[in-house]
Amino acid sequence: MRVLYFAWLRETVGLAEETLAPLPAPATPRALVEVLRARSPGHAQAFADLTRLRCAVDEQLCPLDAPLGEAREVAFFPPFTGG
Amino acid sequence: MRRVLVTSAPFDSGAELARLAVPGAGGTGSFIGTVRETGAQGAPLAALHLEHYPHVTEAAMNHLADEAWARFGLLGVTIIHRVGRLTPGTPIVLAAAAAAHRGPALEAVRFLADQLKTAIPLWKAEEHQDGRKDWLVPTADDEAAARHWLRATSG
Repeated sequence: MRVLYFAWLRETVGLAEETLAPLPAPATPRALVEVLRARSPGHAQAFADLTRLRCAVDEQLCPLDAPLGEAREVAFFPPFTGG
Repeated sequence: MRRVLVTSAPFDSGAELARLAVPGAGGTGSFIGTVRETGAQGAPLAALHLEHYPHVTEAAMNHLADEAWARFGLLGVTIIHRVGRLTPGTPIVLAAAAAAHRGPALEAVRFLADQLKTAIPLWKAEEHQDGRKDWLVPTADDEAAARHWLRATSG
């Protein structure tokens, strides 16, 4: 499973993406966050506050408690600031 | 005419608007967003960095173009967003819409510009003169502007 990071999450984690073994079912992005937090101090810092965290599973925006299913790609990022 | 583009290259606003001169289009509206000279805290800005989620950003912009097309009965729509490092004075975004009359053309542009702020996977960071970088957070005004259109739909 590919995990992608954008904006300050990418800078704080120190990676744009990484590959992890799929989580045991039933998994959610929130459960994945728990696994990611333990990977490095950068990860722990990036995922310290989930209130401003957004995610996408297989390129679809979804809540942190959405089912991960057989997801091949999960992305984490802050709220959008385009325009 | 329906054109959606995420690009690191400059765009030619005049040429883009000329493409929207389709038969039946009595009105063309446009919004061009430009990098300001000062940052959110009022200090001079060295540059703005725009990050996107490849493919997903384009898909979301295509969805937005379709939504505007249907909602305002457009005859043409163009959304171009630049990514990468952009210096002050540089155009970042072009949203333009052609319709039979000025009302829907201008309304559609307002809709596109509001939605581009909060509904498309794009992230801005300010680069200060000393090289420091600050990621921006959505402003309450931007979020309220985007929500306004949701209310307009449900009401």
